[in-house]
Amino acid sequence: MATRETPFVMPGNSSCAGCGAVLIARLVTEAIGPNQIMVIPACCMGAVATSFPKATFNVPVLRTAFASTASFLTGLEASAKAKGQDVTLVGFAGDGATVDIGLAALSGAIERGHSFVYVCYDNEGYMNTGFQRSGSTPRGAQTSTTPGGVLSRYKTEVRKDIAKIVAAHGIPYLATASPAYPADLRRKVERAVAVKGPAFLHIMSPCPLGWGFPSAQSVQLARTAVESGLWKLYELDHGVLRLSLAPKKRKAVREFFAPQSRFAHLTNDVYEGLQAEVDGEWATIEKEGFSLRCETARA
Amino acid sequence: MTSGRNMTATSAVAYAARLAQVDVVAAYPITPQTRIIEAISKFVADGEMKAQFVQVESEHSALAATIAASSNGVRAFTATSSQGLLYMHEMMHWAASARVPIVMANVNRAVAPPWNIYGDHQDAISQRDTGWLQLFAETNQHALDMTLQAFRVAEDPRVQLPVMVNLDGFTLSHTYEQVVVPEADVVGRFLPPRPPVDWLDVGHPRTINGVVSPEHYIQFRALQKDAARRALAVIAEVGDEFAKQFGRDSGGLLSLEQVEDAEVIFVVLGSAASTIRSMVRAWRALGRRVGVVSVRSYRPFPDVELAEAVAGARAVVVWDRAYSFGCGGPLAAEVRSALYGRNVAPVVLGAVGGFGGAPIGPAELEKALEWADAAMLGRPVPLETWFGVKAYRDGRVPDGN
Ligand SMILES: Cc1ncc(C[n+]2csc(CCOP(=O)(O)OP(=O)(O)O)c2C)c(N)n1
Ligand code: SF4
Ligand SMILES: [Mg+2]
Repeated sequence: MATRETPFVMPGNSSCAGCGAVLIARLVTEAIGPNQIMVIPACCMGAVATSFPKATFNVPVLRTAFASTASFLTGLEASAKAKGQDVTLVGFAGDGATVDIGLAALSGAIERGHSFVYVCYDNEGYMNTGFQRSGSTPRGAQTSTTPGGVLSRYKTEVRKDIAKIVAAHGIPYLATASPAYPADLRRKVERAVAVKGPAFLHIMSPCPLGWGFPSAQSVQLARTAVESGLWKLYELDHGVLRLSLAPKKRKAVREFFAPQSRFAHLTNDVYEGLQAEVDGEWATIEKEGFSLRCETARA
Repeated sequence: MTSGRNMTATSAVAYAARLAQVDVVAAYPITPQTRIIEAISKFVADGEMKAQFVQVESEHSALAATIAASSNGVRAFTATSSQGLLYMHEMMHWAASARVPIVMANVNRAVAPPWNIYGDHQDAISQRDTGWLQLFAETNQHALDMTLQAFRVAEDPRVQLPVMVNLDGFTLSHTYEQVVVPEADVVGRFLPPRPPVDWLDVGHPRTINGVVSPEHYIQFRALQKDAARRALAVIAEVGDEFAKQFGRDSGGLLSLEQVEDAEVIFVVLGSAASTIRSMVRAWRALGRRVGVVSVRSYRPFPDVELAEAVAGARAVVVWDRAYSFGCGGPLAAEVRSALYGRNVAPVVLGAVGGFGGAPIGPAELEKALEWADAAMLGRPVPLETWFGVKAYRDGRVPDGN
């Protein structure tokens, strides 16, 4: 069991230096405490979780197939009910496992109202298999399957907004979070645990390897995403939508994109377009208040 | 004899799940399985069964949820057919390799395209190498009895593997027969609660189903192989115990009828065995020495027992209701392989048919016996025949016919 001496996420695991996901895993597991069972599908954190016979997490982890995080949570919840067991069930899955291959399972599990905390750490691509595009890869990003060439322009499609998709289910609790705001993240995890029924956390997860930036800058980059107004921190608690933070003076979006090699090809006019998009979004928020409707397509 | 109740095999399976006191049922509807989960959901709604019943959004999730529940130590059950079973394929391997003792009823149905909801075994056979144990019911009573036995086998510490109980779509699933439903307390003695499992103990955290090196991976597979082989003895033992306790022979590895002195022996899976049994009796009345082997445990495959049972015959007709395209009937290949290396062995004829609900009736069986007779006389005969196929539209005749 995890204690001060033996942390929830053991050191010496196989994540890359500066991995946002493993930092999120630490913040989430610590906020929940020892009485939890984690379900992890195929994804970077799945690979990081074990190298038999060593284990990374100091809580029970049930690894599952790529598409099955939410169906495992379903089965665990049913078995916990049958046994009269009181334990927090946590899904910890990448964006691919969540917005793409596991979306039907997630949708079904939320619709059925099982009690669980589903964490999607979003590193905006299939990192475990070498950074291919996912439905959550932002427009304009270079990935190993949107390489850009004479005939193609990197990822040309707008990313899915998984939080909105989840919100459309009428889920009791939904929040976005960032590892650069650990107190906010922790509070949201605690709220997600306390809520009866399904709770969903969408957490931005900088990936130095896939995004192409120095590993020491993960937290800084996550902070810049929020400060530039690109990554919005909010929560939807039983129908009440609240912006957790509105950056007073927004940084230029360029500060988020420029350090990353996956955006190295972006030109000045693209930056200007992106800045105008984000400025437009925030102008609407300031005028009409924050709503899940007002977000428009973003790069 | 105890008198039974008139019911379909799907109802019989639902009663078995109830008698087994399963804790979790996660499933998704498909013809001809549907009646099983409808009946279970009604038992639960009426408070006659304490299970958590979850109708999930796909079969992939149905099996995944069942696996997760079983990993947390409870008794878990699911049921499917055909496309649903195929949709589970990834989790089929997962269940067996994760060593979860779940039981699934598979109501055998043809696979698409073209669409066809009637019975054959292509669905089950396509999952042959996933590591599941597979039993085949001949009657509605077997469907109930085998489901109870399946839990005993699956949960046996020597086995710890999932078990699929196959029952033929429509022939059993939608046909009424007398079925004896045993008393709950008697079943309770035969099938006690599942022994506790601590895989997900929060006081002693472990990571289950993680990443292993090549060196360790093969160790896991070897353990699985040993367990599947050990299941042969366990299935036989559980079948004997069931017979003693309930007075019915509805399990075990093989059911042999009139094989001792038989010249020709039919080998078959599932409900077609009942038809062949009645033909055997008719042929015997005419002085023909014919017998039948009903293979009740397809996986593990009782190769030694089967070879022993048929070795004395002159011809063996193996009836496959599934096919390995570009190769042949899977059961026929396995019977041939079981006989390999014997000095004297019968000729093994691969009869293929009964696909998508096509009959394996007296006409087909008479034709098969003539074929076996010709083989015994040493005439040149094909080693495989497809039954029930006509000439194609352009007049060509299917190969081997
Ligand atoms: C059914 C299936 N298809 C493909 C894969 C290969 N695969 C493993 S992890 C992965 C990408 C995971 O992406 P994501 O969920 O975003 O997690 P990340 O690795 O980025 O942390 C893929 C494609 C698989 N394991 N299973
Ligand atoms: S590839 Fe990215 S997400 Fe995966 S372990 Fe490395 S830094 Fe973390
Ligand atoms: Mg990812």
